[in-house]
Amino acid sequence: MKEFAYFPGCSLEKMASSYHMSALETTKRLGVKLNELDDWNCCGATTYFYIDELLAYTLCARNLAIAEKTGLDVVAPCSACYKNMFFTAAHLKKDEDLAEHVNFALEEDNLHFNGNVNVKHLIEVFAEDIGPEELKRSVTKPLEGMKIAPYYGCQIVRPQKEKENVEQPQFFEEILSALGATPVNFPLKMRCCGGSLILSSRIAALNMLRNLLQSAVDAQASVIATACPLCQVNLEVYQQQVNLEFGTNFSVPIMYFTQLVGMAQGIPNKQLGIGKEFVAIKPTPFKAEPVWGLPRKTTKE
Amino acid sequence: MSDTITFSQEIANLLHAVDGEPLKTCIQCGTCSGTCPAVPYMDHTPRLLISMINRGMKDEVMESNTFWYCASCYHCSVRCPQDIDITELMYALKRYSIWRRQYKEGLIGPTFSESFVKMIVRSGRSFEPILATSYIFSFNTREFLQEIQGATELLIKGRLPLLPARIKRLENFRRMIGRIIPMGGLE
Repeated sequence: MKEFAYFPGCSLEKMASSYHMSALETTKRLGVKLNELDDWNCCGATTYFYIDELLAYTLCARNLAIAEKTGLDVVAPCSACYKNMFFTAAHLKKDEDLAEHVNFALEEDNLHFNGNVNVKHLIEVFAEDIGPEELKRSVTKPLEGMKIAPYYGCQIVRPQKEKENVEQPQFFEEILSALGATPVNFPLKMRCCGGSLILSSRIAALNMLRNLLQSAVDAQASVIATACPLCQVNLEVYQQQVNLEFGTNFSVPIMYFTQLVGMAQGIPNKQLGIGKEFVAIKPTPFKAEPVWGLPRKTTKE
Repeated sequence: MSDTITFSQEIANLLHAVDGEPLKTCIQCGTCSGTCPAVPYMDHTPRLLISMINRGMKDEVMESNTFWYCASCYHCSVRCPQDIDITELMYALKRYSIWRRQYKEGLIGPTFSESFVKMIVRSGRSFEPILATSYIFSFNTREFLQEIQGATELLIKGRLPLLPARIKRLENFRRMIGRIIPMGGLE
């Protein structure tokens, strides 16, 4: 049994509750235990880091210090939370002065960060700690015939940490293949969804979303798989606005990769939070009767 | 001590843990501009902006919308042949512009940032409905209605929180922040 300290992040509380539910359900079946951090706070998102770095590091360090007390590595399902916590841990381990200053602030909450915790993204747990082989063994209903666009987005792979492949990683494709699905060649898989520009510079974000949706449709994907709540919300909730802005008629379901894992493991839709989406997933055209999916809402073609 | 520092030195000082002036090593290849997904909407491309900083064009840089259109996707940073962390530069410019309260009119970014920071200091968690008030009134009627429609659908599907979340040890948390911003941080 592998065990991790789990930092859900603000989005997973409500907006991305289906990611939260499916993460817990699927890891349970793979012998991985996610223990939610006690009294965690917001990681600071992108905003804190450009307003006040020291304060942003302190916010993340509080969560890291709480995780450190459990003796477990910490896992974040959101790419922004992951990036913030990963680089905060890295900077604090390297920069003694910074660590001293941050620890001085942490004293107020009786915490101290010693630098003994590693930070992982949830998809890394599936790709590395569990691995495609073990994942494949947990599959009871392979997603045969399902063409999926693996959408990496930004902050799982960028900034570069060591010498890892930042242009053409393959771990997402390997996860989808292990589920029996077909990962399509998705040329824009590493491009940005616009992040918080959807609020502050809307037209730029809508344009980025249009390009992503078009790329996935061109690759004949029936679903885009994501590993980040912000990517999911931007691509899905604002899909209709893309259509209005650019005269397109996209109707592409956007699923968390954990929901797809859960479907392949035969977990009922409800436990995976399926049914809360704006664009319902369509039954596969390759099967006579839908073994997965949602017949409850017809989407326009 | 009589020497005043140049604009490009000022900006370099805002970059985390760098020695010297990395922007001076820019070879103007334009890889950043070719990579950036938001470039069609920017007043100046990232390449041009770096050149403007190096030439000391402070007012023009501050008036540019470029850094407010950075989505922090880090695509330019991983591709820069000179290893300039361009995303970090955009952060530095946002920070500088907020401190000086000098930015192009009509941008939502600065007000959005301010309300986000205040929200976290207050409750320790993010809460979308409060955040929305910082940008929604800057929208035109169509955008406004679309946003309301989207929010309503999220609400129906149980994806919007009705009450703000709070951390439990909020008093400790606020005192912790007080040790970083000793005065003026908490009103």
